[in-house]
Amino acid sequence: MIEALGFEFFRSALLAGLMASVICGIIGSYVYVKHMISVAGGISHAAFGGIGLGYLLGIDPLAGAFWFTLGIATLIWGLLERAKEHIDTLIGAFWAGGMAFGILCLSLTPGYTPDLFSYLFGNILLVAPEHLMMIALLAVGIVLLFCIFYPVLQALAFDPEYAAISNLPTRGLHLLVLILIAISVVVLIQVVGIILVIALLTLPAAIARPLSRSLKGMMVRATIISMILTTSGIFLSWIFDIPSGSTIILLGVAVYLMVLGGTGIVQGFKKDRQNTE
Amino acid sequence: MIQEPVIEVADLSVIRNQQVVLDSITFQVRKGDFFAIIGPNGAGKTTLIRAILGLVPCDTGEVLLFGSPARPDTRARIGYVPQTHVFDFSFPITVHEMVLTGRMGRKNGFIRRYTHEDHTAANYALSRISAESLGGRPVRELSGGERQRALIARALAGNPDILILDEPTVYVDTPTEEHFYELLSSLSKEITIVMITHDIGVVSRHVNRVACLNRRLYMHESDQVTPEMISRTYGCPVDIITHGDVPHRVLERHGDHS
Repeated sequence: MIEALGFEFFRSALLAGLMASVICGIIGSYVYVKHMISVAGGISHAAFGGIGLGYLLGIDPLAGAFWFTLGIATLIWGLLERAKEHIDTLIGAFWAGGMAFGILCLSLTPGYTPDLFSYLFGNILLVAPEHLMMIALLAVGIVLLFCIFYPVLQALAFDPEYAAISNLPTRGLHLLVLILIAISVVVLIQVVGIILVIALLTLPAAIARPLSRSLKGMMVRATIISMILTTSGIFLSWIFDIPSGSTIILLGVAVYLMVLGGTGIVQGFKKDRQNTE
Repeated sequence: MIQEPVIEVADLSVIRNQQVVLDSITFQVRKGDFFAIIGPNGAGKTTLIRAILGLVPCDTGEVLLFGSPARPDTRARIGYVPQTHVFDFSFPITVHEMVLTGRMGRKNGFIRRYTHEDHTAANYALSRISAESLGGRPVRELSGGERQRALIARALAGNPDILILDEPTVYVDTPTEEHFYELLSSLSKEITIVMITHDIGVVSRHVNRVACLNRRLYMHESDQVTPEMISRTYGCPVDIITHGDVPHRVLERHGDHS
């Protein structure tokens, strides 16, 4: 197990996992408390359109995904503000539409697309060294933005109506949140793949929530939980030669269910005690 | 002496989905009032408050706050206490952090970070409702009455001139409710209070002006509520109303007119 650390690609994978965890902890917690999980799901699946476009244009598929998801996030924002369409319908359209566009692009791309599978299901052990720097920059950017905007973002998530009465620039902040989600999604695709991104965003947050008194605390805990999950997932996938993305997610699901069961038992005890008193 | 008006609503109508929700409402709230708007469910009470706050566009008429149409700076002088049930109280936030968000309206721009002064104001707001000890608790652990008081503290944190409360006692038990009205009563010595409720039984004797709302507004320029006002508002005679100098006044009983 230790000898794995001798490989550069393995160290890169661990580092990518740790950096992605910071994004998961912060953005995932925010998405979770602001009830934007389906929005994040829509954006991450729509990112497949960008991957396909990247192949078709012969550029880095991840760069394609980056610009494409930014465009989609802005479009969702504009439509939500103007069209008064139900958000679920809108998300559904972008979710499937993005994937359909990606498949269309791929079918028009001449030749074979070898690592398509890793974009869908993720393979952190294949993370390219030149992407490590990109992940680091994005992670630092997200942390900085969130620290600066924390008070307003917290107020917006807790009570959007009061935020509006307080003359907060809610429209602009919504755009900021959507763009942060889009950027996060592109990073996380490299860790667990498009299909599993929502799970990586939400599971650490869901595990952290019952343990946290404040949003800040939830973000720190979710980050640590995510670091543990990705690191142990990477080691397990190396040892047993199984896919890293699904290992990380299944670990997360297992911990989440244990916490759910645990809090259920604790609450049951409390109730019993109250009943006997 | 008649005080200056702080909220002036003139000929306000709101139409939603071809339904008239509010029909040419005209009234004034004056400085120092403890003003109650009573009316049954679906009377348009919350819509009226939302129109005053500028969250709902007016189809006719206008709302003036402190003598001018709603602007960010005039809106910041209103402390709004919404109904508690509209909140996700499982949100991970402490009472102190929640009360701090009441300071947002006094700031400008995209980046509004809290200063030492904001923290002091939040602590002072909690002390005004005797809830200093709640500060560090997460809101999900609060009881119904504590939630209500915490929301009032949030509204007070902005140091407002008017407090507007929407159905403040719906999810509060009776002893807490009594305590709650004492609290509002003592606050009303320093601040103008507008309160809406569907339960006319709770209009306490501390209220000095009452209006009845049921799509239209029936206003008496005193603290009197007449049986006619109640009948028009509720569409039937109502048992009890308590306000004014007489703590409890028995009006006509249900069924007497059937």
